[in-house]
Amino acid sequence: MNRSFAESTARERVQHLFDADSFQEILGPGARMVSPHLALLGVPSSFDDGVVVGRARLGGQTVLVAAQEGAFMGGGVGEVHGAKLVGLFQRALIEKPAAVVVLAESGGVRLHEANAGLIAVSEVMRALLDVRALGIPVLMLIGGANGCFGGMGLIARCADCVVMSDIGRLSMSGPEVIESSYGVEEFDARDRALVWRTTGGKHRFLTGDCDVLVDDDVAAFRAAALDTLPCHRALTLDAMEQEHALLADRLVRFGECTDGAQVWQALGIANPLAVPELDARGVRALQTHDSDVPA
Amino acid sequence: MNWQTLVSAFFGDAHSVVRTGDLLSGSGTVGGQTVAVIGTTDHAPIGVELALAQARCVLDTVKNFPGRPILLLVDTQGQRLRYRDEMLGINRYMAHLGCCIALARERGHRVVGLVYDQALSGGFITSGLMADACYALPDAEIRVMRLPAMARVTKISEERLQQLSESNPVFAPGVQNFVAMGGIHSLWQGDLQAQLLAALAAVPHGDARAADGALRGGRKLAAAVAQRVRTEAIPA
Repeated sequence: MNRSFAESTARERVQHLFDADSFQEILGPGARMVSPHLALLGVPSSFDDGVVVGRARLGGQTVLVAAQEGAFMGGGVGEVHGAKLVGLFQRALIEKPAAVVVLAESGGVRLHEANAGLIAVSEVMRALLDVRALGIPVLMLIGGANGCFGGMGLIARCADCVVMSDIGRLSMSGPEVIESSYGVEEFDARDRALVWRTTGGKHRFLTGDCDVLVDDDVAAFRAAALDTLPCHRALTLDAMEQEHALLADRLVRFGECTDGAQVWQALGIANPLAVPELDARGVRALQTHDSDVPA
Repeated sequence: MNWQTLVSAFFGDAHSVVRTGDLLSGSGTVGGQTVAVIGTTDHAPIGVELALAQARCVLDTVKNFPGRPILLLVDTQGQRLRYRDEMLGINRYMAHLGCCIALARERGHRVVGLVYDQALSGGFITSGLMADACYALPDAEIRVMRLPAMARVTKISEERLQQLSESNPVFAPGVQNFVAMGGIHSLWQGDLQAQLLAALAAVPHGDARAADGALRGGRKLAAAVAQRVRTEAIPA
C-alpha cells in the first residue's frame, strides 16, 4: 500500500523508510531539548525542536539519519535544531557510517531566532562538507509539504545526491517572498502550477538539480536511497570545475527562459506542456541529463 | 566605508583590486604576502551570475596560486529575489560558491571574511560565513530581517522584540550580537592593516563558532547540543 511521504510525520518517515525497528534516536523527546528562545516569545516549543536525529540501518548498512518535522515551525532551523544537525554530521566523522541521510523539510532559517539560525546553517554546511571530505556520502531526500527552501536549500545542494518526489520543492526564496518584494507580475505565489514548474521535483530532476525523481511514496524513497547509497562524489578541484562549467552552461542555454516549461523545451523535450501531467516514471523516461551519480 | 578606502587601508597602492559590476576581485600585498581579494559592493543582490563570478575567482586562486590567502569582502543585500534566479536554481549556484570556499580551505588556503558594509541572510551564508573566520567593521550591519518584519512574521509587537533583544542577541540585528553568538570572530577597529595581518596569522583550526557563542553567552546551547549528539552513547 502506498504511504504518502508528504503526509507522514518525520518520525513516521524514519520508521518506514529504514530497516524495520532499526532506528535509534539521539537526544529524543525525553531529553526535552527545547528552543530556549521560543518560550520568551510565548511560542509553543517542541521536545525535539522539530528535528529527529539518530542511527538506523538501510538495507543492513548503518547510516546516520536526520528528519525535519515540517509541522513544527515549517521545519525552520533554529539554534537547537541546527546544533542537532551539526552534531550528527560531527558524529559521522567519528562513527564513519555508510552514509548520512537527511529527510529535509524546511523553510530555512527559523525567523523567530533568525540570527542563531543563520549561523547554524553555515555550521551545518561546513560539518556536512567535512563528512564528504572523508568519503562518506550525504543523501538528501525531499518530499515534504513545506519543501526545502532558504538555508536548507543551500545545505541540500552541498550533498552528494538529492532525491525528490514530484510534489517536493527545492529552491532558495519562497514565491511569497519574491511576490511581496517585486509584485505578482514577478512571481504569482498563488499560481500553484507555476510554483511547481519553477521549484518542483520534476523541474529540478529535468535540469539535474535532483538526481532521482520518485513518486510521493515512502517505499519509493527507500528504494531510491538504497540505490544511491554509494553515491559519493569527491570534492576536488576537478569536480568543482565540472560543476562550474555545468552552471555556466546553464546560464547560456536557459538564461533567457521565462518559465520552467521553456527550459524543458530548450532541453529538447518534445512536448513540455505535458510534463506536469506525467507521473515520476514518465518524467524519468524523459531524462535529458547524465546522472552525476555513479551506478 | 567604501571598498576603495578599505582596500587602500589594507594594501596602500600595492593592489590590483577592481570593481566589475558589483564584483570586487584582484589581489594585494601586505607584510610580504600576497592576498587574493574577492567580494561584492554596493549592497549587491547575489544572483546566479554574481555567485558564479565569485566562485570563478575562488577557483582561479586555488588553481593558479596554491596556498594564497583569500580575503572575502562582504557587502550584500542577500540573495536576489527574482523569479529567474529561482527557475535557474540559485540555491545550487550559491551552494557552489560555498563549496568552492570550502575547497580552498581544504587545500590549505587561509580564508578570512570581512563584513565591511552590509550582510544579509543567504548572501552571507555562502561567503563570509564559509571563511575560516569572519570579522566585521563596527558600523557594518548584519541581519536576517529587521525588527518590524520580524514582528509581522512572529506576530509579536516590535516593542516587545526590542525589549527581548536587549538581553538576547538572537532577536536583533547588529554586528555586536553576531560577535556574542560566535558568528563574527571580532570587530576590526583602528589599524585595519594590522588587524588583517593578525587575522591571517591566527586562522582558527576547525569551526569554533558554537564554542565561541557559548563562551561569550550569545548562543548558550548550540555547542552543548552538538556535543551531546556527537558523543552520546546509543544502546547497541
